[in-house]
Amino acid sequence: MSRTAQTLKLHAIAHGRSGDKGNRLNVNVIAYDQKHWPVLIEQVTAERVAELFAHRGVTQVRRYELPHLGALNFVIEDALEGGVNSSLAVDTHGKCLSYLVLALDVQVPVETGADAMSRPALQTVS
Amino acid sequence: MFRIGSGAGFSGDRVDAPQSVVASIAAAGEGGAVIFETLGERTLALGQIAKRHDANKGYEPLLEELLEPILAQCIASKITIVGNFGQANPPAAAAAIQKIADRLGLGRLRIAVVAGDDLLGRIDLDATQRWDGDGRLPELDGDVIAINAYMGAAPIAEAILAGAQVVVTGRVADPALALGPLAAHYGWSWDDLDLMAAGTLVGHLLECGSQVSGGFFADPGLKDVPDTANIGFPIAEVNADGTFVITKADATGGIVDLRTVKEQLLYEIHDPSAYFTPDVTLDITNVEIEQVGPNRVGVRGARGHKAPELLKATVSFYGDWLGEAEISYAGPNALARARLAISTINERIGIRGLPVRHRADVIGTVSAFDSDHGDLLVDYSDTPGGDYRVRFAFGASSQRDVERAVQEVNALYCCGPAGGGGVRQSVRPRVRTMSHLVSRDLVVPSFHFVGAQA
Repeated sequence: MSRTAQTLKLHAIAHGRSGDKGNRLNVNVIAYDQKHWPVLIEQVTAERVAELFAHRGVTQVRRYELPHLGALNFVIEDALEGGVNSSLAVDTHGKCLSYLVLALDVQVPVETGADAMSRPALQTVS
Repeated sequence: MFRIGSGAGFSGDRVDAPQSVVASIAAAGEGGAVIFETLGERTLALGQIAKRHDANKGYEPLLEELLEPILAQCIASKITIVGNFGQANPPAAAAAIQKIADRLGLGRLRIAVVAGDDLLGRIDLDATQRWDGDGRLPELDGDVIAINAYMGAAPIAEAILAGAQVVVTGRVADPALALGPLAAHYGWSWDDLDLMAAGTLVGHLLECGSQVSGGFFADPGLKDVPDTANIGFPIAEVNADGTFVITKADATGGIVDLRTVKEQLLYEIHDPSAYFTPDVTLDITNVEIEQVGPNRVGVRGARGHKAPELLKATVSFYGDWLGEAEISYAGPNALARARLAISTINERIGIRGLPVRHRADVIGTVSAFDSDHGDLLVDYSDTPGGDYRVRFAFGASSQRDVERAVQEVNALYCCGPAGGGGVRQSVRPRVRTMSHLVSRDLVVPSFHFVGAQA
């Protein structure tokens, strides 16, 4: 396997959802393929997520790891400009904010041969 | 096996969704339950305000639309209806449901009303602890409208064991809507924390309706969802040992797979080892999920720890007034004109001395991600020309000040940058909520049947 890496948006290798409680936001980030779990663990850090939300005045970011689900859960304090009932923002719930995290750049190993990374498999339903 | 379906995941959900859920559970011929979660944090305050204006209101406004098409089949097929659609006025919701039954010729139903969540006038807020998730939110500063504690599943289970065909609640923990019918059906002990955890996890996965079956999920090309106009709401098939399968209504769109279940599993979860509910502290760190068939995901491994000592209560009070006003700029140099509109309004707010919080976004740039100060917009320079909508928001305790600020946006028509059009404006009051933690002694859950003498 080659050691070279390509820069991709996290969105290409992971999906996620955000939710709100009060002024606290949580965002889960889930690898489509378990082989990208190391990319999540090493590169999608609490520090980088805190940087993404620095302009919102975030006071703390905690990252929980669920390795067997290939999932990270970020709990982001004071990310919601006051939350659903007092924010002046367009999206008072922060429902769009999972995509701010999914816009992070990540370095993903370029593989060759049978393991070459393809687009995430599309789900088909009969 | 016991089937529980979701009929609604929020107040305002698709009103026809319960029909295919109930039809699917009925077709299996073994009874079950259908749950309705229609009570967001501020919904209860809106209900309380509605009840003050009309003693027969204050419950879910869409109740009749949701229940009328399914009520007869639920009764005939022994599918218990459980919902927090009672909001601020469960007795009025119960009366409305009986009226539907009368119209449909179903006779007198056994409708139970759960009470005990309403703490208004019964507690001293200063003597309670604030919930830490509210972070830097300011202290209460308006008139309190409602205080409601999150109650557990016990009164729901007891009502069902007493023969309820419909259970109407106000504030209960959302997962209790599922744990109640499960505990009643299987006779689970409230001390068996792993079973409490399993039932709570069923509720957690169902409580947002289609969010586990393809709603709030589609991302074309990456996460495709079949037939998004007809997403089937979820059904859990739960075994006596607490293991279960998440599936969805028959002959519908949507999708249930590992990805949809994972996203909902962690939705609004903070520490995955400690999701607090009144009945149990749920630990999902060892939950295992497996695709066991098309649109069928098996779930096992929820663990339970002791429930928290204190209960969460939502305190609602009158907040400030929110004014919103929008104007469009398009074509060459549109972004520069949009920015000029924003700086002009900022200056006008100052000139007129309006004591309003204010914010402006340019929709089409970074509006959803930006801060109140517009930090991201300052650096935005992708496409100076284009089609932009400037959206202003103003907040203040005075309605008049907010109206004056909104009027300044309207004045951009003649006084603002060139080619500004399509002003729309609104001013409305807001309800604010805070969470407090209260002693269990103050919350006495109970139920009674409508029309029954005490």
